[in-house]
Amino acid sequence: MRFARLAPALIAIGCVVATAAADATGPRSITDVRVQLPSLDQVIRVLSLRDYNTAVVVIGVTCLGIASGLIGSFMLLRKRALLGDALSHATLPGVGIAFLVMTAFGAEGKWLPGLLIGGAISGGLGVLGILAITKLTRLTEDAALGIVLSVFFGIGVAVLGVVQKVGGNAAGLESFIYGKTASMLFSDAATIAIAGGAIAMICIALIKELTLLCFDSAFAASQGWPTLLLDTLLMVFVVGVTIIGLQAVGLILMIALLIIPAAAARFWTERLTVMLIGAAVIGGVSGAIGAAISALAPRLPAGAIIVLVAGAAFLFSMICGPTRGVIARAWRLIRLQRRIGRQHLLRAMYELSEEAGANAASFTTEQIHGQRYWAHGELRAAIRAARRAGEIDMADDSRLRLSPRGREAAWRVTRNHRLWELFMVTHADIAPSHVDRDADAVEHVLDPAMVRELEAALSEQYPDLRFPPKLDAGIA
Amino acid sequence: MIRNGPSGQSRVSAEVTVRAPMESVHGPVATGEEHPSSAPLSIHDVTVAYHRKPVLWDVDYDAPEGKLIGVIGPNGAGKSTLLKVALDLTPKASGQITFYGQPYRKQRRIVAYVPQRESVDWDFPISALEVVAMGRYGRIGWFRRVGRKHREAALAALDRVGMADYAHRQISQLSGGQQQRVFLARALAQDARIYLMDEPFAGVDAATESAIVALLQQLSAAGRTVLVVHHDLQSAAQYFDHVMLLNMRVVAAGPVETTLTEQNLRATYGGRLTLLEEAAHAMAQSRREP
Repeated sequence: MRFARLAPALIAIGCVVATAAADATGPRSITDVRVQLPSLDQVIRVLSLRDYNTAVVVIGVTCLGIASGLIGSFMLLRKRALLGDALSHATLPGVGIAFLVMTAFGAEGKWLPGLLIGGAISGGLGVLGILAITKLTRLTEDAALGIVLSVFFGIGVAVLGVVQKVGGNAAGLESFIYGKTASMLFSDAATIAIAGGAIAMICIALIKELTLLCFDSAFAASQGWPTLLLDTLLMVFVVGVTIIGLQAVGLILMIALLIIPAAAARFWTERLTVMLIGAAVIGGVSGAIGAAISALAPRLPAGAIIVLVAGAAFLFSMICGPTRGVIARAWRLIRLQRRIGRQHLLRAMYELSEEAGANAASFTTEQIHGQRYWAHGELRAAIRAARRAGEIDMADDSRLRLSPRGREAAWRVTRNHRLWELFMVTHADIAPSHVDRDADAVEHVLDPAMVRELEAALSEQYPDLRFPPKLDAGIA
Repeated sequence: MIRNGPSGQSRVSAEVTVRAPMESVHGPVATGEEHPSSAPLSIHDVTVAYHRKPVLWDVDYDAPEGKLIGVIGPNGAGKSTLLKVALDLTPKASGQITFYGQPYRKQRRIVAYVPQRESVDWDFPISALEVVAMGRYGRIGWFRRVGRKHREAALAALDRVGMADYAHRQISQLSGGQQQRVFLARALAQDARIYLMDEPFAGVDAATESAIVALLQQLSAAGRTVLVVHHDLQSAAQYFDHVMLLNMRVVAAGPVETTLTEQNLRATYGGRLTLLEEAAHAMAQSRREP
C-alpha cells in the first residue's frame, strides 16, 4: 500500500533525473559540465548565506520544506497523500486564467499574488470536483483523483497555449510547472516564510485534534469533533503549501515535497511527534540544500534538485531507518534465524538425550544432524553460537554434550516448544494470532490459567519435562 | 444451547417491560417528542436506509438503566448501524433517539463508543497510552495538551484492562486481544454512563473475552448501561442481563430468560433456526480467524 502511494513520487524523481541529466549535458559533453562546477569561493558564499539573493531563496524554501513536511505527515497518515498531487495540478488553469484576466484589465499580467490567488481558486475547485465525484457517484477516490488531475492539467496547458497566442509578456509562466527559485524576490521568500510558518504553527497547535482525525475519524466524530472542518482545514493547508511552493518547486513536483519527507521520517520512528519533527527537518534541509545547489548551478531547475535531495533522504531512510528500514528488518530476520537455529540444536540434543535415557549423554554431529532437517550450514552456525554461549562443549574430539547451563536452556526450549505445540492443537481457533515462538516463555504471552492447563496436559505426556534438570548432577 | 443466565448474574428488575414482538412498536410512546423517555438510550421509530435499501425499519427500543445488554441478530441485521445512528455517525431517514431524554449532541460526555477493531489502521505511529488518552480529549478541549491528570486517568483505564505494562508500546506490536483492550480502555477513560460497543469480542482470545465480560459486568454493577453488539448466540445467554433481538426491526427485547426463546430466535433468524447452533458456532469460529 505504502509503496503504491509512493510510486508516482518515485517515478517523478526518475523523470526529473532524466530531464536534469539531459538538460545538464545538452549539446555539450559531461566534461564540459564539470568544468562549469562552481569555485570553492562560490560554494562558501552560498553555504554561509553571505550572498543576499541566495540567503533569501534558501530561507524561503526551507520554510516551505518544514511546512510541507508537517502537512505531508498528516496527509500520509490520513491516507490522502495523493490528493495533494491532484490539487497541485489543478492550480495550473487558475494561474493561466488569472494572467489572462489581469492582462485584459490592463494590469501587469505576472503580478504574483494575483496568479497565486487564481491558482488557489482552481486548486480548490479541483478538490471540490474530487469530493463531488466520490460523493455523488460510486467511483472510488483514486479514479476521481485521476480524472480531476488530468482534466485540470489539460485545461491548464490549453490555457497557457492561449496565453502565448494572446501575447503580452507571458514568458515565465511555465516556471510554475517546474519551479524556478532564481526569479524569487525577497517579498516572495517572505511570503513563503510567513505562510509556511503560520501553517506549521497551526498544525502544531492542532496536533492532538489532527492525530485523532487521522487515527480514528469515526470516534472523533462520535465525540463531537468537527471532522469535516478538520479535514477541510488540512485541505486548505495543502492548498496553501502548494501555492507558496508553486514558484520554488513547481506544481508537478510539489507532491514530492509533501509525501517524501513524511514517508522518509516514518522509517525512523514509531512515535508521531518524532515523525513530525523528522519530516519537518528532512523537508527543510532538502529545501535548503536544493535551493543552494540551484543557486550554484542555475541551469538546474530548483524543484528538481529539492526533490532529488529529499529523494536521497528517503532512500537513505528506507535502507537505514532503525525501526522500519530494510537493513533493520533484515538484521532482525537474521537474528531470529540464528536464535531459532540455536533453539533447534538445543532441542535436538535434548530429544537425543531423552531417547538415550541419560541426561548427560554426548552425541556426534551426525546424530544431531539426523534429528531434524537443517538448512545448509545452519547446524554448523548453531553449534558455533551455542559453544560461544557456553551451552555446549566437546566431550571428546567428535562428540558434543550439553553443559549444565545448556541442559537447563535445552529443557526450557523443549518445554516451551511442546507447550506451544499443545496450545496449537487444543486451541486451534485462536492459536494463529497468539503463537509467539520468539517469546522466551509461554507465560509471557498466555495467561496463567491457560499455562497451567497446558502444563498439566504436558506433564502427562512427558513426566521428565515437569521440572528443570538438576544442575548439580554430574556430567559423565 | 440457549440457557438461562448464570443465577448469580440475573438481575431482573420489575420495572423493565418486556416488549412483545411487534405489538408495542406503535404503543403509548407515540407522543415521544413531547415527553421524551428518560431511559439511558431511547430509540423511537428510527428508520435508516442506504440508497434505497432499508437497514433499520421502525426500530423502537428503551434501554433499561444499569444493565448489560446484548444486541443480537444475523449478519446484515443492522446491529452496527444501530450504534452508528445513535451516535449521529449515520443519518437516519426518520425517528428520534435520545440519551436520558436529550439528543446525542447534548450528551456526548456521558456516552462512550467502542468501534469495531478493524475500523482503524493499527500501524499508526502511536502508543497504547496515547490511544487511551483520546478518550479524554472531549474534556481536554481544543488546542490543549494532555495534562498529567488526564494522562493518569488514561493509565488507570489501561490498568483496569490489564494493559498497564503495555502503555508505551506502539499499537501495531499488540495482539488482537490487546488492541481490543486498548479500545475498551479508551472508552473507560471517558468515564461515561452509557457504553456502546461494536463487536468487542471479534477476533479476541478466550482469556481476553472473559476479561472483557468481567469488566462489562463490573460496569453494569456500578450502574452503567452497556450495550454490546454481539455475534455469538451461544455465549449471549451467559454474558448479558438483557438482549435485544434485531433483524432490521426489533423482534424482541427484554431479560435474557424470557427473551431468548426459540420462538423469538426463529423470528430473528428466520428459517435458519434449525441449523442455528451450528451456524452460530461456525460464525464465531470464522470471525476469530485473523
